[in-house]
Amino acid sequence: MMAVDHLPVLQVVGPLIAAPICSLLRARNLAWFFTLLVSIGAFLCSIYLLNTVLETGPISYAIGGWAAPLGIEYRVDASNGFVLLIISGISSVVLPFAKRSFELEVPENQHSLLYTAYILCLTGLLGITATADAFNVFVFLEVSSLSTYVLVAAGAKQDRRALTAAYNYLILGTIGATFFVIGVGLLYMATGTLNMADLAARVGPIGGSRTLDVGFAFIVIGLALKLALFPLHNWLPNAYTYAPSAVTAFLAATATKAAVYLLLRFCFTIFGSGSGFLAPMVGLVCMPLALAGMFAGSLAAIYQYNLKRMLAYSSVAQIGYMVLGISFLSITGLMATTLHLFNHALMKGALFMALGCVFFRVRSVNINDLSGIARQMPWTMAAFVISGLSLIGVPLTVGFISKWYLISAALEQEAWVLIALILASSLLAVIYIWRVIEVAYLKDPIPGRTVTEAPLSMLLPTWALVIANIYFGVDASLTTRVARMAAEGLVGMAQ
Amino acid sequence: MSMETALLATLFLPLAGMVLIWLTGNSPNLREGVTLVTAVALFAIVLSLLDAVMAGASPGLTLLEVMPGLELAFKIEPLGMLFACIASGLWIINSLYSIGYMRGNGEKKQTRFYMCFTLAISSAMGIAFAGNMFTLFIFYEVLTLSTYPLVAHKETEEAKRGARIYLGILIGTSIGLQLAAVIWTWIAAGTLDFTKGGILADQIEPVLLPFLLALYMFGIGKAALMPFHRWLPAAMVAPTPVSALLHAVAVVKAGVFTVLKVVVYIFGIDLLAQTGAAHWLIWVASFTVLAASLVAMTKDNLKARLAYSTISQLGYIVLGAALANHYAILGGALHIATHAFGKITLFMCAGAIYVATHKTEISDMQGLGRVMPFTFGAFCIGALSIIGLPPFAGTWSKWYLALGAAETGMIVVVAVYMVSSLLNIAYLMPIVARGFFRPSPALATASAGAAVAPAKGGIQEAPFFCVLPPCLTAAGCLVLFFYADAIIALLRPIVE
Amino acid sequence: MLELFLDKYNYWIVVVLMMIGLYIVIARGNLVKKIVGLNVFQTSVFMFYISLGKAEGGTAPILTGKPELFSNPLPHVLILTAIVVGIATTALGLALVVRIRESYDTIEEDELEGMDNAVVTTERARLGTGDAA
Repeated sequence: MMAVDHLPVLQVVGPLIAAPICSLLRARNLAWFFTLLVSIGAFLCSIYLLNTVLETGPISYAIGGWAAPLGIEYRVDASNGFVLLIISGISSVVLPFAKRSFELEVPENQHSLLYTAYILCLTGLLGITATADAFNVFVFLEVSSLSTYVLVAAGAKQDRRALTAAYNYLILGTIGATFFVIGVGLLYMATGTLNMADLAARVGPIGGSRTLDVGFAFIVIGLALKLALFPLHNWLPNAYTYAPSAVTAFLAATATKAAVYLLLRFCFTIFGSGSGFLAPMVGLVCMPLALAGMFAGSLAAIYQYNLKRMLAYSSVAQIGYMVLGISFLSITGLMATTLHLFNHALMKGALFMALGCVFFRVRSVNINDLSGIARQMPWTMAAFVISGLSLIGVPLTVGFISKWYLISAALEQEAWVLIALILASSLLAVIYIWRVIEVAYLKDPIPGRTVTEAPLSMLLPTWALVIANIYFGVDASLTTRVARMAAEGLVGMAQ
Repeated sequence: MSMETALLATLFLPLAGMVLIWLTGNSPNLREGVTLVTAVALFAIVLSLLDAVMAGASPGLTLLEVMPGLELAFKIEPLGMLFACIASGLWIINSLYSIGYMRGNGEKKQTRFYMCFTLAISSAMGIAFAGNMFTLFIFYEVLTLSTYPLVAHKETEEAKRGARIYLGILIGTSIGLQLAAVIWTWIAAGTLDFTKGGILADQIEPVLLPFLLALYMFGIGKAALMPFHRWLPAAMVAPTPVSALLHAVAVVKAGVFTVLKVVVYIFGIDLLAQTGAAHWLIWVASFTVLAASLVAMTKDNLKARLAYSTISQLGYIVLGAALANHYAILGGALHIATHAFGKITLFMCAGAIYVATHKTEISDMQGLGRVMPFTFGAFCIGALSIIGLPPFAGTWSKWYLALGAAETGMIVVVAVYMVSSLLNIAYLMPIVARGFFRPSPALATASAGAAVAPAKGGIQEAPFFCVLPPCLTAAGCLVLFFYADAIIALLRPIVE
Repeated sequence: MLELFLDKYNYWIVVVLMMIGLYIVIARGNLVKKIVGLNVFQTSVFMFYISLGKAEGGTAPILTGKPELFSNPLPHVLILTAIVVGIATTALGLALVVRIRESYDTIEEDELEGMDNAVVTTERARLGTGDAA
């Protein structure tokens, strides 16, 4: 076996081993550099994996040589290969940005530990995505969650509310994960296996067992908490608002995405062929909640004065779009969700990073403190505007691609009311983004404030994402191709 | 230069100009030189395409594929050619005017102004030459966004409020309705290419056609069909060159141009005529024509009155599209050209009056005609052309539109055209009359609001660059009357 | 009815414990007590897994001869992992409580919320954005 064959597991184990090493590195620059190397390594791995998957089909890896049903299997196909790429890619882009951001926002003696938590979080997210074992998912879910609580609490130097935010996130996150593990237990009870492919094969014949249905319900609710589906989103706004800027950018772009991916996996790969419970669960529970989230999130965003909080509520709305895509139960709907996973990571990452740049200079992200800021930080605000337009869904940006597929999915089913609701809620994004643009561009700068452009090490990563926003909006052939393969793979495995 | 290269050049030349304007922002003379050179070069390139298109060629190219099957593609056809000629030609004149106006008023942030202007022109070219509805939609949105900073240019609370309405309605209708219509068409027909005779025949149940048409017609907010017309008066807070070129020519004409494109190349005239799917639109457009004319009469602010007049005139074109026969479509397309010349003249005159006297209200303009004879002379010609009196260009387009209405046998629609012409006289001519025949209040009592009271007697015109352009376009109204044949010859292939 | 209760008594215990745990998490204002509740909640899940694998009269599955009946070891192993996770969560939660106590001087939820809301009110007043609720 060549080293390349071990990539599916190296992708996860590499960062896992790197984390304790990082905690030993006392020099903060060294720790940062080490983290960056690990992240880029994972990124290169994921590119290679996705490329291989696209060419030759899914890769399966048995840990320790124990074959699938008994041992733990890691399996990379188009859908999770894509998510691996998103997570490790965003992580690699955020890290160069994080250096200066952490220097400002986090006490110096905590840096190497913070980077350790960052690597662990990355490990957890990659692990959730790569594994094909239901219980292994739980373990990595907790690895990522526990490190996320630490990362959020690191914002305490700027605002002590980060501590309460982290605490509340811990309570709700643990409840969510425990619900998930109850569901997995019930699944195991009914089928006697934890391997996803094996589960899928056994769920079908069992059919309408009540144990399975209850297990499925527990899993969906647990995941809904993790991915912040309305009305289980209460932990998210505070956590995103008070975490350090770089952490927010990383989490907003990746953490909920991994949870959405899990929901896809459980809904389609495992339960797709099983009980007739999927359609009512998704259609009667998830769809209304997704719609409610789209509106509640956007409306709440309009009324925020703290812009990080505004974007956090916007994330709640955007998660609504992803879940709505799932609830169509069609290939186009799944494509819309998968595309939006990627696209939303790009736009929210860029938006939060632009706000991070603003915070770095202005020390505030309250809307009135941004008065006339575009004159002093033109590049930062240009990045904000472009990624904001992407969030609105203006053509030639990635947001437009997502919207196109989401509406196509609704049109296929001739769900006219849904189309109207999708369009109406997306117009709400115009309002809250434009509020910022007006203040930043059309108001006079606050007298006496001398602010300059953010440092290049923060600006370049931000613009890297902005350019990705445009590139994948102008030429979406790659992303749509991957999304189609992913969607067909998810549904295909079920049949 | 091959035609494909020329086509690309029309898109990228203004963009290059924009970058140059940005780079030369510190030196106003250089910056405005760049604007003028870009404008002239663009017009030259557009004209170089004209002959071939007249001869029946329709070059096209595909830039790239955005999503599977959805391409950023361009194709030249007569309607787009006409729109491109008008927009780029009038841009030259309007650039001269901008220079006079912006300097005369000492406006700030002129570099941003010129940059956004070139970007807007570039997207107008994109709209004109779009090869499918997808491409057109993209440039439609870019045009909205690039004109937002122009509307909000003054950065006052009023300007911001106006710009908010502008953006809200245009983005709201385009994303809320038009996008849905485009995707619906894509799902139903499997293509979005502009095809002669339409792409929707037999692809969609006839019962649903009126709804799809409604999504398009209200979704194209730039056509200012009531009740989505409020953005146009709101946009009048912009500096006058913006109102003149964009809100009398490029933006609003992009709207009605899209309406015609949709009717001719997406639905197909025959399909609409057979199914009667556009019947409801006749009434909505007629209502818009008449109601906007009536509202225009109540407005004392000159630019507001002109804005409502524009809404009414756009209604003519939509009405022409709704009638869906050869004459009406030809008339509508011709009206894009004739109204452009007439209305840009009126707006530039309004701006010249503002630069010279800082007057915006019609009731303050008594006797101004004697002080500003060239401006008011041009205004008079523009007004006569809009009304549709020979020997000015507006005559022909109204003629064809009325012919189209008569052909459908709907006398009511003919009446709408006639009554609205009378209303045009009622709201445009008093301005001229007031200017020339009423005594100036400056002679009687000192007018309180006027910043620069015109000196008694002698001629006090606005700066040269503000007066020359409206005179040129007024002359254009006259010339077009005699050369309308050429335009009809260009347009005829779209209906045959 | 009684049979249903007795036969599945392990599940009833799990359900009761679970509800007690969740109730404590929701109803108690003291942050430490919330964590205790969380522990009870998690413990109920441990019990659930363990009773799941247990076979009546079965032995431990150790390779000594050939036992006829043995309990399923997998859930037990899984729950070892879950217990570790639970401990880590508790430790982190308590650490956060310590930090909260250091900076707020209280660990009662109502008082914390009161303090945070006061900050929000002053921020709003400073920014003059009274329009938002």
